[in-house]
Amino acid sequence: MTAASCHSGSTSSSVPSPTRRVIAWAAVMLAVGCGQAASDAVPAAVPAAVPAAGPARQGPAAKERPPLRWGGDAEGGAPFVEADAITPTKQRGFDVEIAAMIAQGLGRVPEFVQVAWASIEQSVARGDFAIGMSGIEDRPALRERYAVSLPYYEFREVLAVRTADSARLHRLADFRGRRVGTLGGTMAWTMLLEAKTQHGIVPVSYDDDVHPYSDLVSGRLDAVLLDHVLAERSLKRVGGFVIQPVPLAIGYYVAVLAARDTALRDSVNAILRARMRDGSLEATFRTWSVWEPQQAQFQRRVLDSADALARTATAAPATAPVTPRAARVSAWATMTTYLPALLRAAVITLLLSVLAMSLAVSLGMLVASGRVYGGPVVRAALIAYVEVIRGTPVLLQLFVLYYGLSDVVRLPAFAAAVIGLGLNYAAYESEIYRSALLAIPPLQLEAARILGLSEWQVLRLVRGPQAMRFALSPMTNDFVALLKDSSLVSVITVVELTKQTAIYATNAGSWAIPGALCAVVYLAMSLPLSHVARRLEQRWSPT
Amino acid sequence: MSLSPVTNGATTGALRIRGLHVERGTQAILRGFDLDVAAGELCVVMGSSGAGKSTVLRVVTALQPFSSGTVSVDGVALRPGALPKESALRALRERVGMVFQSHALFEHLTVLDNVMLAPMHGHGQTRAAALARATHLLETLGVLPRATAYPRELSGGEAQRVAIARALAINPPLLLMDEPTSALDPARRAALGHSLRALAADGRGLLIVTHDVDFARAVADRVVVLSHGIIAEQGPAAEVLP
Repeated sequence: MTAASCHSGSTSSSVPSPTRRVIAWAAVMLAVGCGQAASDAVPAAVPAAVPAAGPARQGPAAKERPPLRWGGDAEGGAPFVEADAITPTKQRGFDVEIAAMIAQGLGRVPEFVQVAWASIEQSVARGDFAIGMSGIEDRPALRERYAVSLPYYEFREVLAVRTADSARLHRLADFRGRRVGTLGGTMAWTMLLEAKTQHGIVPVSYDDDVHPYSDLVSGRLDAVLLDHVLAERSLKRVGGFVIQPVPLAIGYYVAVLAARDTALRDSVNAILRARMRDGSLEATFRTWSVWEPQQAQFQRRVLDSADALARTATAAPATAPVTPRAARVSAWATMTTYLPALLRAAVITLLLSVLAMSLAVSLGMLVASGRVYGGPVVRAALIAYVEVIRGTPVLLQLFVLYYGLSDVVRLPAFAAAVIGLGLNYAAYESEIYRSALLAIPPLQLEAARILGLSEWQVLRLVRGPQAMRFALSPMTNDFVALLKDSSLVSVITVVELTKQTAIYATNAGSWAIPGALCAVVYLAMSLPLSHVARRLEQRWSPT
Repeated sequence: MSLSPVTNGATTGALRIRGLHVERGTQAILRGFDLDVAAGELCVVMGSSGAGKSTVLRVVTALQPFSSGTVSVDGVALRPGALPKESALRALRERVGMVFQSHALFEHLTVLDNVMLAPMHGHGQTRAAALARATHLLETLGVLPRATAYPRELSGGEAQRVAIARALAINPPLLLMDEPTSALDPARRAALGHSLRALAADGRGLLIVTHDVDFARAVADRVVVLSHGIIAEQGPAAEVLP
């Protein structure tokens, strides 16, 4: 059986034409999973006979071997990985059970390591754990950089729309000028970026898979494109939308290992096949209500191709890196693809920072003036504002502003980002201005009053201008800090420089080049500001 | 030296203080203090530290409240009790100028802008009128060449003359000075004495607080010695000072 035949023709024919590229990739990936079969037939690290799945299979030997550390993100939740409701230190989910099967097959005890979903790949590469799982999507860049298991679950990329739109919005081409959300850095995000070029949709990136659906229901989005597993979970939780029946693409969940761990990957593949054959995987998926008839077809294809390839395999070394030529994407090509997007994101970062700082400076001056000149009630209120803002994380403030208050005021994401960062920095700026106002010698203020200036004129003509000189240097430093803190607004769907870099890094499978490019762009923005701050400090510092 | 003659001098004199009492907490600073400064008179107040000299200046400029007594500057009366709002002090602000010991020049403004600030923004003069007045004052006091300098670039003597020009910019009938010679060498001190005599000769009342006996002897029409909040002695300098 050839690699291409691993993938069912019927599946690809059911998918609309705009996603042919994705489907072609899916076919390649399945072939890759199959391609490893030649070496997986007698994996080096797996016991000669993979034991049958089932509870209480950990023999005494398992306890003597080091635990199998595997990483996942419990924040992603069920059915993948979630904290147990009764014993929160334990995890549950189908990925948890599959990890346990793998560990058991290797004669080891599984040990869970919590890691943010977007960092699973980088963490496995640096050796934080041996295997990463949590609904990780197979894709070219992943296989280029890592050792990737065979696919163990086939998912569909499905569109979720509001019920009222279900009859007229089926394909991405139907969403010209409309906002479609998904998780950043996923296959769906890549599809939305392509659809932006081809159909003029507006892609919206999220850091989690819960808020896209709540935003869909509330009207902030017109559709969500995500795995059918996530879509169906959210349908049960949130409701208020429908999932379009025709998928836009097919993808696969895989386990990811460090590139050097090909032997372990081969063992994992052998165990996964064994668990497909004995029905353990099916049982697990049924437990978590994600088993469907097409999963049986998918597993059959995986097993058939493995058997065929095992028979026809020749001298492919077990540890040879698995990198399909068609899937290899050069770093240069990726860089040229993403550089314009990075520069656009840099403009967003700069615009966002300038607007937020303008708000922070204006509000900070008012707060500082109120604290210096106001009555007891005004001062108490302003102190409360400053302490609440300084005493709570800016991430929490952004969440509350964007999601928490959405029933009261539905701010656009960019506006919420400007207001959120502006309100946060205003608290810090106000302390700078207050200190600067108090640093002006009282005798100067008395001199100004004796000269006949009103209190407002004293502030505007004497105290304020001199205080600004004290404040200018720390203000500029704060603006540089704000440039970097603006990266936090990606949690409310604003794709700024760091978020764009993270997306780039996820697709490239490495942070090296994206990180360097991102750093260069940040430095290009912040170094001139730091220089200006130093110059102003030298020129205006009080003698 | 010729400065603009004072035109709003009142028959009551530049300053009249009767029965002034000032307390800080439970401590009495001034205890029934009386003082008159006539138009054209240069009065020097002396006394040991803590005697209440600076408190007199702060009361007269409405920076310090007083508990009882009367204070009248060129006919404008201040009442005991809490300080009034600045808006109620407009008449007083037009009648009294003050030169601080440390000069208290505005560091962010040039010499010229320091002198023009009050006439333009506090007293509604046009920029042209304020500029003409400031130029005249700076020229008369010998610091016009430093008009574009900032206070940190001035010597102590220059800064003091700028502070005098700033206080005189609105042409007040009463000028107060706190320790004017503290940062001056003998030559500058003598020059300052001439300038102050000229100001008095123009009809302005001057009240100067100092520890400098020689300076007081040289310039004062009258010396008032303050001790523990009351006048211990007063009279012509030749009689009061040894």
